Amino acid sequence: MASPYSKELLLDMYRKMYLIRRFEERAGQQYTLGKIAGFCHLYIGQEAVAVGPVEALRPDDYMLSAYRDHGQPLARGSDAGMVMAELMGRDTGYSKGKGGSMHIFDIEHHFYGGYGIVGGQIPLAAGMAFASRYRNEDRVTVCYFGDAAASQGALHETFNMASKWKLPVIYICENNRYGMGTAISRVAAVPEIYKRASAYDMRGEPVDGMDVLAMYEAVKDAAEYCRAGKGPVLLEANTYRFRGHSMADPATYRTKQEVEDERKGDPIPKLRAYIQKQGLAQDDVFETIEEEVNAQVDQAVKFADESPEPSLDELWRDTIVEEGEEDVRPRERVLGQKVNWPTYPSGKELKVTWDLEPREQAEAADKKAGLVR
Amino acid sequence: MPELMYREALNQALAEEMERDANVYLIGEEVGRYNGAFKVSQGLLDKFGSARIIDAPIAELGFTGLSVGAAMVGLRPVVEMMTWNFAILAMDQIVNNAAKLRHMSGGQLRCPIVFRGPGGAGGRLSSQHSQALEANYAHFPGLKVIAPATPADAKGMLKAAIRDENPVIMFEGERLYAIKGEVPEGEHVVPLGKADVKREGSDVTIITWSRMYYFCMQAAEELAKEGISAEVLDLRTLRPLDEEAILASVRKTNRAVIVEEGWALAGVGASVVDIIQSKAFDDLDAPVERVTGLDVNMSYAANLENATQPDAPKIIAAVKKVLYREGA
Repeated sequence: MASPYSKELLLDMYRKMYLIRRFEERAGQQYTLGKIAGFCHLYIGQEAVAVGPVEALRPDDYMLSAYRDHGQPLARGSDAGMVMAELMGRDTGYSKGKGGSMHIFDIEHHFYGGYGIVGGQIPLAAGMAFASRYRNEDRVTVCYFGDAAASQGALHETFNMASKWKLPVIYICENNRYGMGTAISRVAAVPEIYKRASAYDMRGEPVDGMDVLAMYEAVKDAAEYCRAGKGPVLLEANTYRFRGHSMADPATYRTKQEVEDERKGDPIPKLRAYIQKQGLAQDDVFETIEEEVNAQVDQAVKFADESPEPSLDELWRDTIVEEGEEDVRPRERVLGQKVNWPTYPSGKELKVTWDLEPREQAEAADKKAGLVR
Repeated sequence: MPELMYREALNQALAEEMERDANVYLIGEEVGRYNGAFKVSQGLLDKFGSARIIDAPIAELGFTGLSVGAAMVGLRPVVEMMTWNFAILAMDQIVNNAAKLRHMSGGQLRCPIVFRGPGGAGGRLSSQHSQALEANYAHFPGLKVIAPATPADAKGMLKAAIRDENPVIMFEGERLYAIKGEVPEGEHVVPLGKADVKREGSDVTIITWSRMYYFCMQAAEELAKEGISAEVLDLRTLRPLDEEAILASVRKTNRAVIVEEGWALAGVGASVVDIIQSKAFDDLDAPVERVTGLDVNMSYAANLENATQPDAPKIIAAVKKVLYREGA
C-alpha cells in the first residue's frame, strides 16, 4: 500500500530525529569533557515524541516543555549552535547563558521554554491557551511533561480548569517510565497517565511514543479537536530514554537487559525502515542526510565552544523590565538575522467576544444544583 | 475630591484600567457573581463579562500559573488572592515562574501581571489567616512589592501596577478595605518605588507601610501633644525600596523607628535598618528601633491578638527610646 505521507515529510522527520540524536550525543560528550555543567537531561530515545507533534502543528502554535528540553526547539527550527552555546553557558546562547540546559527559550519559534520545577509549566500552558481563546485566535498550545509530573497538584488543578473552560491545549505526557530513578508504577496508583483525563471529562489517549508517525497522527487529530473549540487533550506518549535521567545518573535502577530490549524499538531506524520499505528513499539518501547533520552539529559545537562567556554587565540585565525596554531577539542579537517576533493586539484594538461562563449557562447550572427555583 | 473607601478606590482602578486596556482581566475566587469576598470587584462582572471577570475554582497554584502563562503571551492579568495566606499555595508559580521568566529566557519574555489581595491580620482569625507576608516576596529579584495604606495610593498604585511590565505583588488589608479617604478621579497614577512623607516632622522619622501607617499617624499626633515632632514616611513600595527617601528623612531627623506588622526576623524593616546603618550611620543620634509583630503565631483570643500586634502605645514607647526620653 502506498504511504499516506509524502517523501518530503518523512525525510524531514528523519532529519529532525537524527539531528536531535546527534546533537544529544555530542552534548553528552561535551558534558564529559567539562564544557557543559549542571544538569543535562538528554532526549536520546524520545526523539519521536518531539518530532511527530512538531510536524503536525502550525509553526505559530505555542509549545513548552519541562527540563528535558533540547529536542523540541531543535525540531522547531532553533539554531543548533545557539542551543549548544546555551548548554555551555555562553553569551551566544538563546538566553545569553543565563538559563542553561534546563531553560531553552526560543520565542521566535514559539518555544516558550523549558522549566525546572516538575509540573510547573502545566498551568502556564493552560494560560497561553486561555490567551488564544481570549483573543479569538485558533492556535493551540502543546505542553510536554514527564510521567512523574502527573502526580503534581499543578496538573490536577490545571486539567480541571482547562476542561471546564475548553482551552485549546494538548498535554503530552512523555512517559519514559522513570521519574529520575523511581519507576512510575511504584508511586502512581494509576500508572496509565492518560486515564487521569477522565476524572476531568477530558479526552485522554495513549500513543506509541517510539513511533513518530503515531505521534504525528495523534497530535494532528488532537489539534483539530482543540481548534474546533472542543477542549483540551491529554496524550500519553509511551517512550523510553536510552540514557540516565541526567548526565549525572548511571541508571543503576534498571537492568542492562531492559535497556537493550527497549533499544530494539529505537524510533530512528524504525522510521528509516518504513521509508525504505515504501521505496521512497534508499541508503544513499539517509547517508547524505546523516553527513549533513553531522556537519551541522560539528559546526554547532565549534560555534558554541568558540563563543565568549556573557559579560559581567549581563548580571544586571533581564531581571526587571525597565521602562521602554524592548525584548531581546536572540537570533537577531547573535547572528544579525532579522526575525519575526510575535505581536498581539493592543488593548484598544482587542475585542473580547468570548463568554467564558454565559449567564444562561450559569443560571441553568444553579437550577440543576437546586439553588434557584 | 470625592471620599472613597479603600475597596472602592481599588474597584475604580480596576474598572478604569479594564476600560482602557482589553488585555486586562481579573481572576480569583468569588470575584464574579459574588462580587468579591471583600467586594473589591463589585459590579465588574456585569460591566465586563465572564471572560474578563473570572470566577476561579479554589486552586491557587492553578489559576495563578494559568495567569502567568497568559501574561507570557501578551495579556495583563490581575490575580486576586482571597488572602495572601492562601497564596502560599501559589508561591511556586510566582517565584519560580513569574519572577524568573525574563531571566531564564535571557530577556525574550516579560510577565506583566498583578497579584493582589489582603495581607496582615483580619481580626480574630487565628494563625493561618493572620500573617503579614510581604517580607517573603520582597526577598525575590524579579518582583515588585507594594503595600499602599490610603485609598488614594491604593487606586494610584494599582493603576501603575497594571501598567507595569513586571510581576507586581500588592498587599491590601482586610482592615483597610473600609477605611475612607480622598481619592482623585480619573487618571491618578502613583509611581511604584516612591515613598511618601505623609506627615512632616523634625525630631524622629517613623517608617512604615500598609495598615501600620494608621497607628503611626495616631502615635505622631499623641507625640505632638508632648512637643515631639514625628515625621511619618510611608514606604508604599517594599521592592524596590526608596533608599533616597529613607536617607533624606533620617538625615533630617537623625532618629528612626520602623514599624511593621510582620515578624522581626528577616523582616522588611531589617533591610531598612541596614540601609540606614550603612549609608547614614554618622547622621544617627540613636540606634534605630523596630516595632514589629511579636515572634509568635497569632491567637484567636482578643487580648492575645491585640498584644501580638504593634499599636500606637508601642510606637510611642519606641520613639521615646530613640529620643532618650524613656519614662518621660
